[in-house]
Amino acid sequence: MAERLLISQAPKGNFIKAVSAVVWKDLQAEFRSRELFSAMLVFSLLIILIFNFALELDITTRRSVTSGVLWATFAFAGTLGLNRSMAIEKDRGCLDGLLLAPVDRSAIYFGKVISNLTFMLIVEIIVLPVYSVLYNVNLFHPGLLLVILLGSIGYVGVGTLLAAMSVQTRTRDILLPILLFPVVIPVLLAAVKASAGFLEGLEFSEILSPLSLLIAYDVIFISVAFMVFDNVVEE
Amino acid sequence: MITVKKLVKRFGHKVVLRGLDFDVQPGEFVALLGPNGAGKTTFLRVLASLSRPSLGVVQVAGFRLPDESAAVRARLGVVSHLPLLYGDLTADENLRFYARMYNISKYELRITEVLEMVGLENRRRDLVRTYSRGMQQRLAIGRAVLHDPDVILFDEPYTGLDQDASSMLDEVLKTVAAKGRTVVMTSHDLARAEELATRFDILSHGVITATGNRNEFGNGNLLSFYKKALAG
Repeated sequence: MAERLLISQAPKGNFIKAVSAVVWKDLQAEFRSRELFSAMLVFSLLIILIFNFALELDITTRRSVTSGVLWATFAFAGTLGLNRSMAIEKDRGCLDGLLLAPVDRSAIYFGKVISNLTFMLIVEIIVLPVYSVLYNVNLFHPGLLLVILLGSIGYVGVGTLLAAMSVQTRTRDILLPILLFPVVIPVLLAAVKASAGFLEGLEFSEILSPLSLLIAYDVIFISVAFMVFDNVVEE
Repeated sequence: MITVKKLVKRFGHKVVLRGLDFDVQPGEFVALLGPNGAGKTTFLRVLASLSRPSLGVVQVAGFRLPDESAAVRARLGVVSHLPLLYGDLTADENLRFYARMYNISKYELRITEVLEMVGLENRRRDLVRTYSRGMQQRLAIGRAVLHDPDVILFDEPYTGLDQDASSMLDEVLKTVAAKGRTVVMTSHDLARAEELATRFDILSHGVITATGNRNEFGNGNLLSFYKKALAG
């Protein structure tokens, strides 16, 4: 080359570009392989089918267990996706490739969070109507959709950080749920409670408390993850 | 270009690098040789800012680690025995992705240039998982030099390559080194190291035990130099 390439020395200017590059790369690779998405979707559908046949509930009880079954499904499928998403990075050394880029490493974290959240939301969008048909429960309530979005953000935000930590170990497949589930108990409890509130048609003031907890959890844990991600991924 | 003083790297109670000193001038091609477990890969990971030094001073391209790691990474290319490439993306897509991560302006032209250099221009639209191991390693070199780094670190680049692929990699490595870049390469293949490098450092038990260059001991004498350094 006649002249040296110019690389921006301002990591802040490069931040958004790096986040979008990671998201684009994950979506493009997943669009080709459908490895992660199909595993999450099949697993989710199997869980709601098993619950459907195992519980054999009447219509009133079905409505009352809906939020619990839904969040159990999302949590298990989400763990599967988070594990796989980081394993893909680790197996061919790509995580090192990402860490070698001259960007603020939190850009990698946010990129992975956005792509993991996208996969989780797509699975949820497919699971909800199937659940609705199988359990004969109307789930298309704007409030419930908001809770699913907030709960998924909290779950994926913490999960991506812990997946980056557990992927460095030999026991990553079992380590992630062991680390993740105790940390996400507040988000799961708040999400189940808020979802049930919307499904049962409670007053908004009664749902406000779990909803506030969800928002606070999302803000606090994503901020913590933003601050510690660099230390988590560096040896 | 690279200055390391009294570098110590610990993993818990295990000390891998024990006060290592290392100095490389711009344009030098250094082969870092040593037995398994000597600390070669750990040392390269510290230089690449993938691993934080426990003690000591590490400076690459005038920037200090770990405080100025982003500036170091902008001037550094790394090739390891793993390709650091995504199998479900094409060669072109992989390089586009890394070009965006390195914030390279007008990267289309540079990608074509790099693919031509590593001889993969005609396979640029193929998925990387369909590549042979040798082709993946050549593309890995393309990825490492995409941002035109001052320093390139090679960690056992010949691992898993057959004779033909190794010879082809030799040519690519010579092209990369001929551009005046500073290169540090770890290898167990003494013959290849002797052919490519201008300086040879022997690493044993976490310290450099001997340093020599071709002029000092002449062609074909690297093996005896290596054995002597390990015995001493």
